[in-house]
Amino acid sequence: MSINPMNSTPIRSETSGLKTDTLFLNMGPQHPSTHGVLRLGLTISGEVIVEAMPDIGYLHRGVEKLLETRTYAQGVVLADRLDYCSAMSNDLAFCLSVEKLLGAQVPKRAQVLRVIMAELNRIASHLIFFGTYGIDIGAFTPFLYAFREREMVLDLFEMCCGARLTYNYIRPGGVASDINADWIARCREFLDFFKPRLDEYDTLLSFNPIFLVRTQTVGIITPKTAVAWGLSGPNLRASGVNYDVRQAEPYCGYEQYDFTVALGKTGSCWDRYFCRVVEMRQSVRIVEQALSRLASGEIMAKLPKVLRLPAGEAYSHIEASRGDLGVYIVSDGGLAPYRLHFRAPCFINLAILQEILVGKKVADVIAVLGSLDIVLGEVDR
Amino acid sequence: MMPRSWPTEVWKDPWSLPRYRAGALWLGGILFGIVLISAVVGELCVWGEKLFAFLSHLGLSVVVVDWIWVLVKLGCVIGLIVANGLWAVWWERKISAHMQSRLGPMYAGGFHGWAQTILDTVKLLLKEDITPASADKVLHALAPVVAIAPCVIAFAPVLFGKELAAAKLDIGVLYIFAFAGISVIGIVMAGWASGNKYSLLGGLRAAAQIVSYELPRGFSVVPIIMFAGSLDLAVIDQAQAGYWFGFFPRWFIFYPVAGQLSFLFFLIASVAETNRTPFDIPEAESELVAGFHTEFSGMKWSLFFLTEYGYVMLASFLLAVFFFGGGAAPLPFLRFIPSWIWMMGKAMLMMFVFLWFRWTFPRLRVDQLMEFNWKFLLPWCFVNIAVAGLILAWGMR
Repeated sequence: MSINPMNSTPIRSETSGLKTDTLFLNMGPQHPSTHGVLRLGLTISGEVIVEAMPDIGYLHRGVEKLLETRTYAQGVVLADRLDYCSAMSNDLAFCLSVEKLLGAQVPKRAQVLRVIMAELNRIASHLIFFGTYGIDIGAFTPFLYAFREREMVLDLFEMCCGARLTYNYIRPGGVASDINADWIARCREFLDFFKPRLDEYDTLLSFNPIFLVRTQTVGIITPKTAVAWGLSGPNLRASGVNYDVRQAEPYCGYEQYDFTVALGKTGSCWDRYFCRVVEMRQSVRIVEQALSRLASGEIMAKLPKVLRLPAGEAYSHIEASRGDLGVYIVSDGGLAPYRLHFRAPCFINLAILQEILVGKKVADVIAVLGSLDIVLGEVDR
Repeated sequence: MMPRSWPTEVWKDPWSLPRYRAGALWLGGILFGIVLISAVVGELCVWGEKLFAFLSHLGLSVVVVDWIWVLVKLGCVIGLIVANGLWAVWWERKISAHMQSRLGPMYAGGFHGWAQTILDTVKLLLKEDITPASADKVLHALAPVVAIAPCVIAFAPVLFGKELAAAKLDIGVLYIFAFAGISVIGIVMAGWASGNKYSLLGGLRAAAQIVSYELPRGFSVVPIIMFAGSLDLAVIDQAQAGYWFGFFPRWFIFYPVAGQLSFLFFLIASVAETNRTPFDIPEAESELVAGFHTEFSGMKWSLFFLTEYGYVMLASFLLAVFFFGGGAAPLPFLRFIPSWIWMMGKAMLMMFVFLWFRWTFPRLRVDQLMEFNWKFLLPWCFVNIAVAGLILAWGMR
């Protein structure tokens, strides 16, 4: 299917007999609410969507190809830049795959650190979602509240690894640097500050009647449709499908942590939103548990300076902030992967738009698109 | 490496911070100063009479004096609208900032960025005025004017204090609603003439919304008109003078049930009329970029802006006159403060409610907005009129 502005067909209104025409509305790539450079070709009749075609590729950087000429240590840097809102998860997925093919054992402390960082990053990432979704629905204030808290998480990351957005912290074999007692105290302080804020978010946005009206009956994805389109992450769980990689196929010792998987009931925009809010609470719980079981020890496995993976292939996937992020490495025994592929959850989640947008209002497009929480850096790679 | 931005310290005990206490002192000082100066100046209508007497004694013909007097009043109203634009934007920025744990403008002018909006105006005046190639040039230029002219005209009978209005009209309420409804033509024109699909959608939404909300807005004040027995704002103002039991103000909002409902309905309808959140559907920035004014820049854009804030101020003054006793002091011993300060204060408080709404609520969808209007607001307005009738009948018995 192509997006052609000229092929709009006249529709004869059944009630009045008036000959009406559809309108082609080009939403994006420069639009305040397309979360980056997504383009939606919308055919609308009045304010109702007749056809919606997501058009991607405006942020394509060829990361997978670039990785074929880089060593595995350098690869982490590129993996950072996929889903730049939760770079730790990307690093983690990449490193797990490398370690799987390498057969390396990651020290205990490094594993706990990885869990702490991944969950803190999940909080930061969901905070971006929370804030921008508020803006999508028209509430501006939650955005700044979310960024106030996110800033604290970024400060924690900066204290730990010096970077605020693309961390390059989780490396094949372990993590780059250790944390000290001051960091732990700061982290606990953040968690104590953050928990009451979550209740505040609920009163400000989650249960606001206007917000409920805007989102609760909109963009409903049935469990069957969700599975059929290969959704993952909060988008899938909002439809009531209980699949969380952290529990289905635990990695980094997630099986030892006590947390519940947030599930939605109807699969509406509000369920997808609220799943993420609940996930933030669960992430707080996980970080608290992880902090308490942090035992002293090595943070890096004994690996050669230059990694040379044995010929073969490995696939490992994790529960990233936006869904099931997988990394598939094919190695020919060289310094760089022969081929590397990311199973990018955002890219797969995005495709369902063309099905669920039809029949919705223009205002709902933003509500639905926002609720899927895509990051174009990962969609286009 | 120490973290830079931890709000936790501020949150624990804000009053222990010297800046916090200094800010409270400043605010109190400014309010006290305003009260002091206004008490010295006294009623503004007295000064107006003095000015008119001075003009009459210059030896000019009566017609010329009348014309000069009209121009003076027009200048005052337009000046007020422009000054309100400057003030309201600064105020909105400050209030939104403090609601969102920010500071807002702090640099321009020195004291809490007071010169920010003035400099913004200079910027807007100097900005290039762009007319898109696909736009209807004449309509595009005309639209902002059509939007703002009724706004200025609608201010004629608005009461700013005791006997302080540009025109004495015995049908003031009707006049204001009639003119306030015309601005939508400018908005539709802007949407149509821009040659932009987002603008078009915004313009169409505005037309539907403003025309619909005219009805509950008009009907919600019918109880007030019934209580006061007049459409004249001055009479409505005077009807609320005095106190029950010697201390409780006889404002219309304190009339049981009908007063409060009327206030709520009028407030909601006014927010919808002024296109502000949660009813800012015509300009819905997340969906329609900027709605009907997407393709406007420079002064054309700022005319729309002034219109919006002009209508917010109009609604604030109307709310103050209709429900909060206009220029009447809330307690008898406060009567030494002149009526225009009370009026201003109450209007500013109402304006704060508008801003408060804007920075708290999400936006409704266009069909939900219509449903709310036709299925909820309008029927309950009628019920409210009936309730007001019952109260009046009970009062007369």
